[in-house]
Amino acid sequence: MRKLFAPLLVLTAVMFAYAPVVIANTRYESTMFLVQKIFYFHFASWMAWAAAIGVCGIASAVYLFRADPRGDRLAVAGAELAILFGAFGLVTGSLWGRKAWGVWWQWDARLTMALMAELIFVGYLLVRKYGGPGAEKLAAGMGIFGAATTPFIYKSVDWWRTIHPQTSVVRNLGETAPDMYGAMLFCTVAFLLLFASLLTVRVHLESRRAELDRLYLALEDQP
Amino acid sequence: MLTVDRERIEGAEGPMGVTPSLDFDSVRLVEVSRHFGRRRAVSRVSIEARRGDLLGLLGPNGAGKSTLIGVLATLVQPTSGEVRYGGHFARELGPPLRRQIGLLAHELHLYTELSARQNLTFFSKMYGLDPRSTVEPALERAGLADRADDDVAGFSRGMRQRLALERALLHTPRLVLFDEPFTGLDDNAVGLVSARLRRLAADGAIVVLATHDLDLAEGLVTRVAVVQS
Amino acid sequence: MSFATTAFLVLKKDFTIEVKSGEILYTTLFFAVSCVLIFAIAFVREGQPVEGAGAGILWIAVLFAGNLALGRTFERERYGETVRALLLTPAPRAAIYVGKLLGIVALLVAAECLLVPMVAFLFDAPLFARPLLLAAILGLGTVGFASVGTLFAAMLVRSRTRDVMLPILLYPITVPVIIAGVLGTSALLQSPADEPVALLWIWLLVSFDVVFVTLALWTFEPLMTE
Repeated sequence: MRKLFAPLLVLTAVMFAYAPVVIANTRYESTMFLVQKIFYFHFASWMAWAAAIGVCGIASAVYLFRADPRGDRLAVAGAELAILFGAFGLVTGSLWGRKAWGVWWQWDARLTMALMAELIFVGYLLVRKYGGPGAEKLAAGMGIFGAATTPFIYKSVDWWRTIHPQTSVVRNLGETAPDMYGAMLFCTVAFLLLFASLLTVRVHLESRRAELDRLYLALEDQP
Repeated sequence: MLTVDRERIEGAEGPMGVTPSLDFDSVRLVEVSRHFGRRRAVSRVSIEARRGDLLGLLGPNGAGKSTLIGVLATLVQPTSGEVRYGGHFARELGPPLRRQIGLLAHELHLYTELSARQNLTFFSKMYGLDPRSTVEPALERAGLADRADDDVAGFSRGMRQRLALERALLHTPRLVLFDEPFTGLDDNAVGLVSARLRRLAADGAIVVLATHDLDLAEGLVTRVAVVQS
Repeated sequence: MSFATTAFLVLKKDFTIEVKSGEILYTTLFFAVSCVLIFAIAFVREGQPVEGAGAGILWIAVLFAGNLALGRTFERERYGETVRALLLTPAPRAAIYVGKLLGIVALLVAAECLLVPMVAFLFDAPLFARPLLLAAILGLGTVGFASVGTLFAAMLVRSRTRDVMLPILLYPITVPVIIAGVLGTSALLQSPADEPVALLWIWLLVSFDVVFVTLALWTFEPLMTE
């Protein structure tokens, strides 16, 4: 992993550097004009967010059933990144809403739900911090259940009458506007790579912390 | 008396379809640690106890005795190290192992809203035993036959402790764990509990007793492990 | 020990205690009723209830009362550390969870039996127009909320901050239940009742219940090991 990290970082940086060019080259959307360009990062950040939640849920289950501390480190990194990318998605979504709907915050179902999902992972960090000794396990439960509830949150959007662009927009984009579709894919890959790099760094930090704790205890054991 | 109990209970297991029985002659902790980050509850403890032993786990409060008892009872998972029950590891066992463990902790594991009889009946059923043959003898041993239908909430500390002891031993476990069983008891009660511990060990149980009270432990335990903080 | 016997024993034990003291039932009911009355202050204008407020008030009262009941039920198991005594028995641990879950569900259903007529009466809500559908939404929503709540309350028993942690963890995760419950009930309160929409939310609740009860049964044992 360490060998792969430098190329990963370089690739991510290059893709982010090139992303504005890709986005600038797409056509102007007929009603939203310039603001529509937010969409490329908006959509991409939600993809990274979904990946972060998936990682947190699966890693929590691994920690819970295998008692492998690496699972716990991965889960906490996933939860923090879910909050980060979720916040990014909410801000870009809010900017979009200002232009499209004329208000910063519309009680649109998907935005509301995203905020709720955001709360779950803030709750995850809270239980880690204030849950007392052994809170990692409680947090693991939260991680699994949080990841499991997200699809339900997502699904209820389609059923609640919503003003959010429907998910089918993304599907149709491939046929109606291939340049937009390409830019969207490009940004999604860039965000997923950013997610992977941040995850690696965060997990590494957490392992270092564990190593430090171990050394500290070993030092105490010295006569 | 205890041997008789064991025979009867094992006889009762078959028809009720209880979990298959499992037995072991010794319990061993090997390099068991339990950490929370930098805070250690237990650090690299190795102890062994065999049938007939009355192992004293001595040390000041906060030295991790309760954590060790929890690890032995399978309630607490060690951060590292292993726990062996005879030839088995704790994690491969589960229900049949729990069937052989009795724990009397500082908190008494009793429902104070229920009567002594209700408490014993409930736990006896949870262990898959027949309450008709286990509850009355247990009440007798606890000296609570005449208070059997009173709520535990009205009992003195000594009465609760005696009831808790019998509750913990209802299923005649092979491994008996005591965590500070003498707290709040008068001399008479201490004598009764001590006698009960000795008899358990003599009847072939593995008894582990965690206490900070060296004087009480001195005449009682057959082997000693000192836990330092 | 079979699974069903264990669950039944735990349920019966909780029931016996509750029959003796009545504490959790009465405090939960009283709290739920207070909730409804407090919302009445916010949602009644000039003697007339705000239209469609009934469904939301009903569900908020149920969920708030549920949080209280969960906390109290497990406080009882924490005192004397009887939860550890339960975990130490050779009975299947998931069955202990089911026993506790059934107790919570029974308690909340009892509260709903009081709340539904009360909301119908005070807010002039036609709650009894489609009794079966309403019962399905309430029942399924209660099971969904209680399945997550029972697991979390059980695992928080060993945390010092359990009182505040339970709602913090529970409400965000059960948001789908809250939405499906409120919107499903609202659909029934319309005139005429919008049955297809209610059925859609019932379907969501069924799948939520299946997923979360399964997950809880699966994770209860490792989560309860300290």
